[in-house]
Amino acid sequence: MNRSTFVKRFAAILAKEFVQMRRDRLTFAMMIGVPIMQLILFGYAINQDPRALPAAVVAAEATAFSRSLVASLEHSGYFRIDPTAYTAAQAREKLARGELMFIVTIPSDFTRTLERGERPALLVEADATDPGATGGALAAVVQAANTALAHDLTGPLARLASGPDPFEVRVHRLYNPEGVTQYNIVPGLIGLILTMTMVMMTSLAMTRERERGTFENLLAMPVRPMEVMFGKIVPYIFVGLVQVSVIIVVGRYLFGVPLVGSLTMLSGILVIFIAANLTIGFTFSTIAKNQLQAMQMTFFFFLPSILLSGFMFPFRGMPGWAQAIGEIFPLTHFLRIVRGVMLKGSTWAEVQPEVWPLLAFMGVAMIVAMARYRRTLD
Amino acid sequence: MNADLRADPAITVRGLNKSFGALHAVRDVSIEVRRGQICGFLGPNGSGKTTTIRLLCGLLTPDSGEGHCLGFDILRESAAIKREVGYMTQRFSFYEDLSIRENLRFVARMYGVPRPSRVVNETLERLGLTKRQKQLAGTLSGGWKQRMALAACILHQPQLLLLDEPTAGVDPKARREFWDQIHQLAGEGLTVLVSTHYMDEAERCNTIAYLDTGRLLAFGSVGDIIRTSGLTTWHVDAPDPIALAADLRRQAGIAMVAAFGSTLHVSGPDSVALSTALAPYRRDSSLRWTESHPGLEDAFIALMERNRATGAVAA
Ligand SMILES: Nc1ncnc2c1ncn2[C@@H]1O[C@H](COP(=O)(O)OP(=O)(O)O)[C@@H](O)[C@H]1O
Ligand SMILES: [Mg+2]
Repeated sequence: MNRSTFVKRFAAILAKEFVQMRRDRLTFAMMIGVPIMQLILFGYAINQDPRALPAAVVAAEATAFSRSLVASLEHSGYFRIDPTAYTAAQAREKLARGELMFIVTIPSDFTRTLERGERPALLVEADATDPGATGGALAAVVQAANTALAHDLTGPLARLASGPDPFEVRVHRLYNPEGVTQYNIVPGLIGLILTMTMVMMTSLAMTRERERGTFENLLAMPVRPMEVMFGKIVPYIFVGLVQVSVIIVVGRYLFGVPLVGSLTMLSGILVIFIAANLTIGFTFSTIAKNQLQAMQMTFFFFLPSILLSGFMFPFRGMPGWAQAIGEIFPLTHFLRIVRGVMLKGSTWAEVQPEVWPLLAFMGVAMIVAMARYRRTLD
Repeated sequence: MNADLRADPAITVRGLNKSFGALHAVRDVSIEVRRGQICGFLGPNGSGKTTTIRLLCGLLTPDSGEGHCLGFDILRESAAIKREVGYMTQRFSFYEDLSIRENLRFVARMYGVPRPSRVVNETLERLGLTKRQKQLAGTLSGGWKQRMALAACILHQPQLLLLDEPTAGVDPKARREFWDQIHQLAGEGLTVLVSTHYMDEAERCNTIAYLDTGRLLAFGSVGDIIRTSGLTTWHVDAPDPIALAADLRRQAGIAMVAAFGSTLHVSGPDSVALSTALAPYRRDSSLRWTESHPGLEDAFIALMERNRATGAVAA
């Protein structure tokens, strides 16, 4: 082999690759689109040290101290204080639903006990399902309480300021007291793995028929689009359920991840979540021209799903627009459900607000799929 | 379906048109095929055979035109047509990772055939596939694939078979057997529309449709086609056919010279002009001339060349 034939053949293949690349518009768009999407998501939406987490202060009566506490908690940047005056029970319900991540409770006799120099306790309850999200914020609570107190320790209380901490901050890490990361990751992985495999499997469903030439035969037969869609989707529901069983069992025995809530209810919701992912995959497969494009669409769906759903980064720590986009993805809602059921023992009443978005997503995807499904070769 | 409709033609379409972008793939095609007939679709590659077949079974929507297939409107009742038609695609389109039996069972269930297992068994038997029923379709050779595809097309007892180049790349013996099957099916009352490039197959059809550049150039029996071509043909045995052919092609009045071994088929559209052109060669004692009839192939080529010449003028 001499060098000039090497260059010629190399150049021939090079030229061919460029021509093929140019023909495949979607691939080209993906190559530009993916980096842009990643830059925007990582640059603006993702926050490694999440701030502005939803919190509420529960105080028996509005005192000067409670007002200063709210102000300094907000000032720390870690919290966004819900201004509603919740009762303890209301606040705990919000925490269970994941709408609040922290509750700071000021006991009714806090000021009096403080005056007596008896070191009252400030109670902080944190949703610790995601230990990474709560760590920084919990440290900030103590800081904020001290600042608030320093502001208020005037007049007769000023003497307390110079002594040791005049009160204690008692932190309850709910749902995951030891802060085990796996408790958060394993349920999350159920959603992640299902999203990846289910969307991919069905996105190849129609494109494979088209590439192998079996599509024309399928079209020539008296079969309705709905029948094709359900026939293609249902087998993978079983595949998905097998995957979930494996993850739950392994998570249980290797990492001790609990399943506090109802397995039956979780299974029912899993079927809906799996079906939602399969439907979007099927929708992709009615749009993609070949299997490569189907894979790319899957990836384009998967990427924001993991980044904006709260799997990788705390959902409540993202800016409002990113949360709004995140609400679209089934994974976002499923993560709340699965973490709720497995770690918090959530009941149907608590998770059902997250189930409707899954059904709505599935419905829209089905409508698009049926509109896109071609009954002819035109 | 009542008796009146049975007497109707299986296919009647008028003025079918189909374009893909700027490409006019099917132009004003009108055909009529009676029930129980075998209609051959011929024409060079890209002439619109596949497109026409797809228009007939509702896989493509015509841009204009109308007609009926088995008494159903091709525009509005394609679902009903699909139930009564067996369509064998040009490219093998069954599941290569399923066995013959599994493919047939799938097809039987798609058409809602009652007692699918029994029907599959009977069909396997009929086409001699029983021994191979467990073999994966992807591992079959061309002839067996085509047999399996035919089995899949007749499983649901259709009234019309649309076969798109079913014998392309199949050996002569398998082709012969395939056509015997087709004749048997036609004998049972099935209408068959089959596209092919083989002349011997064309001659086994009741009617022939000849397409070129999307136009239907001729439609009728073999004799009709040869008559429409208007050709006169002479055969000549020559010691040096190649040189003679080159010589003859230069003469006015001679449209086609084709070599078959040492025999040349010399044809022209005008018999008087052809005779005049051949007169000097007839006197050459080394050549043996016989007046003959043009073959189907000669007719097709003549039709095609005339179409291309007038098409070029029109365009
Ligand atoms: N889906 C399509 N899109 C664009 N052009 C097509 C399509 N199908 C067929 N054609 C073109 O239409 C013409 C007729 O094709 P076809 O009906 O397949 O011819 P045949 O079967 O006689 O070989 C060809 O030029 C072909 O390239
Ligand atoms: Mg064709």
